[in-house]
Amino acid sequence: MNVFRKAILAAACVGSLAAVTSPAVAQTTLRVVMHSDLKILDPIWTTAYIVRNHGYMIYDVLLAQDEKGEIKPQMVEKYDTSADKKTYTFTLREGLLWHDGKPVTSEDCIASIKRWAVKDSLGQKMMTFVASIDAVDAKTFTIKLKEPTGLVLLGLSKPSSNVPFMMPKRVADTDPNKQIEDFTGSGPFVFVKDEWKPGDKTVYVKFDKYMPRSEPASGLAGGKIAKVDRIEWRAISDAQQAVNALSKGEIDFIEAPSHDLLPTLKKDPNVTVFVSPQAKNQYVFRPNTLHKPFDDPKIRHALWYAFNQEDFLMAAIGDENYIKPCQALFICDTALATTKGMDGLLTSNAKKAQELLKEAGYDGTPVVLMHSTDLKVLTNLAPVAKSLMEKAGFKVDMQSMDWQTLVARRAKKDPPSAGGWNAFLTSWVAADVMNPISTAYVNAGCDKASFGWPCDEKLEKLRDEFARETDPAKQKTIAEAVQLRVIEYTPEIPVGEWVSPAAMRKNVKGYLTSPVPVLWNIEITK
Amino acid sequence: MYGYLFRRLLGTIPVMLVVAVFIFLMLRLTPSDPAAIIAGDNATTEQVAQIRSQLGLDRPLIEQFFIWSANVLSGDFGESFFFKKTVAALIGERIEPTLSLAFFTILIAVLVAVPLGVLAAHRQGSWVDRIVMGFSVLGFSVPVFVIGYLLIYLFAIYLNWLPVQGYQRIGEGFAGWVERLILPSMTLSVIYVALIARMTRTSVLEVLSEDYIRTARAKGQIERKVLFRHALRNAAVPIVTVIGLGIALLIGGVVVTESVFTIPGLGRLTVDAVLARDYPTIQAVILLFSFVYVMINLAVDMLYTILDPRIRY
Repeated sequence: MNVFRKAILAAACVGSLAAVTSPAVAQTTLRVVMHSDLKILDPIWTTAYIVRNHGYMIYDVLLAQDEKGEIKPQMVEKYDTSADKKTYTFTLREGLLWHDGKPVTSEDCIASIKRWAVKDSLGQKMMTFVASIDAVDAKTFTIKLKEPTGLVLLGLSKPSSNVPFMMPKRVADTDPNKQIEDFTGSGPFVFVKDEWKPGDKTVYVKFDKYMPRSEPASGLAGGKIAKVDRIEWRAISDAQQAVNALSKGEIDFIEAPSHDLLPTLKKDPNVTVFVSPQAKNQYVFRPNTLHKPFDDPKIRHALWYAFNQEDFLMAAIGDENYIKPCQALFICDTALATTKGMDGLLTSNAKKAQELLKEAGYDGTPVVLMHSTDLKVLTNLAPVAKSLMEKAGFKVDMQSMDWQTLVARRAKKDPPSAGGWNAFLTSWVAADVMNPISTAYVNAGCDKASFGWPCDEKLEKLRDEFARETDPAKQKTIAEAVQLRVIEYTPEIPVGEWVSPAAMRKNVKGYLTSPVPVLWNIEITK
Repeated sequence: MYGYLFRRLLGTIPVMLVVAVFIFLMLRLTPSDPAAIIAGDNATTEQVAQIRSQLGLDRPLIEQFFIWSANVLSGDFGESFFFKKTVAALIGERIEPTLSLAFFTILIAVLVAVPLGVLAAHRQGSWVDRIVMGFSVLGFSVPVFVIGYLLIYLFAIYLNWLPVQGYQRIGEGFAGWVERLILPSMTLSVIYVALIARMTRTSVLEVLSEDYIRTARAKGQIERKVLFRHALRNAAVPIVTVIGLGIALLIGGVVVTESVFTIPGLGRLTVDAVLARDYPTIQAVILLFSFVYVMINLAVDMLYTILDPRIRY
């Protein structure tokens, strides 16, 4: 036997020995590929969706929306509203514990609400109504308002970024502009920091002392039962490889497989493709109101006639099963959905658009349209917009770049000739755009508004009215008025809704219908 | 010899300095903003500005450069903008997979390419020679990721012999470590096999017509010994040079291969850092790659003196 063979044999023996001596721990592990790798860990500090998803793993919330979008108590046992609607009293459930074993107290919740409200736009608006937040005892606290608002319940049950996750007071007292370094939560899973390897995997283990609600899980509400011992988020950046790994059983779940790979997955007898009707997204066109030609609302308004949603959706998603043309600004099939004011719009009426441009005196100033090329769900949007706008008489200068460059450039207020921009397209998770307060692009607060900086008193007044209203029927009426004003002023244009299905092995059961992906309630059957 | 070694080591200082200035400026001059990326889609302009200030990106470029240079000189590569970990810790976590992949790749390449090149030279003009040279052209022309997907389809999906992706640390089991490195190493080694086989063939062909080869054959040496002991030893200098130069290709190949096979190594770290505009991480990894490249070139130069005692510095 030569030396080489001896070495191979010795190596094999060592390998076998390692395998034999490995601890035989019977535990269930769910291996998932999320839409992105987890790099930041503070869901209040950033609005990135992957960090929000991480938040849902380890933190809990006071109130949550069920699969119908109704607000339900989660960490709180009950909440009461005073007759004058100016005092909310929240009572925490018994037995709630942080991952370090200490009890959850009202002081913890107050500090968490305050930190969240500094960063979140809905929270900031809510706090303009708040007179004080006070602890009554260890389990009870009150929110006293200067005047009634519907934003307290809406804010505390906010399903998407930034979610008001509860943290221990010592953590929540961190400056909101600095990232937290202690990841103690009270949610159904515990973050295993030692095993967190960005670019490789993120690990969570079941929190044995978590006290789920007794109601069945529904959306983000109800009993959050951890049915697996361990969850590993595997960082597989290559979409094809994630699908290959799922087919081979090397992973169990993909949060958002690429749409063009869904036909392959559907043919696989070991894989289920799951479409959650709530996991919707909305494409939007965002004009920059600071610079010509989109500094003129009349010119922006012509876009409503230039565009049609089907072209955008088919170019970007390409499968009728996963798209929905929808003229409701605040997402179809939700409480505030309305098509008021949309007659004749979004139908690619190029002639009408040309007339409007002529009336507005459009002088042929080119529109610098930023085209993101590296995110598959966004890549084909800008070329469609360019084509439809040109048919309507716009001159378009489409500039291609990667998404991160677009993200940096859209923050610039400079004119397009000096590195600024006129328009771009992006996509929102539906849960972020379901009312006039949380919809960032409806904020028309000038410098305080999001990139594009719309500045419109009427729209801001309507948003304030919405914030003050507590009656759902009246809120809907105001939302309709907001939609009409958005059509007139055009801070954004919705160009269609689409869903992102999840894919999982056949033995993975219990994935919930929810606006954001959550992994409690999931079990692995044999 | 030692004087030469010392001069070469001194020479790495200006090289690294140029690399540092170049990478620092390249990153700052590209149209990107890590603060906007960190802040997320819902962030306001104000929040982005706040993060930019926290990261020190609102300071003048020259100030940023001097702070970074001073830190690097004291061995501190800073903290990643994104991961809340020091760059040194990140690199430490990622170095094992990349070294493992590089080791297996070079091992496969040398074990396969050198005998193939010698064989092709020995059978010059025969079908064996044509097949080896044909493979060489193909291996050099097909992109790494295409080879990767083809091998995945064949060995992982169709034959179901190997896993499609992932990496297992050697401490978690030797067999799993080897199993998960086979496909990526095969993928990455194709280009080296092509390159080294071609160079070996050319070098061996040159020495096969030398008088000492004829003498060896006349003395009755068996052909295997003539080829590997006499011809290959004398043809080794250009082959070693090519293997050394191949390290540059390896760095590029590692980036692609680690992404395709989901190996959490330095290549993946580079891609992730570039996509996220994580300046401290990009700067440190590029500096590390440059340093490794310079050192390998130096090692190759030193090897010349062992392979050919006539070479003196």
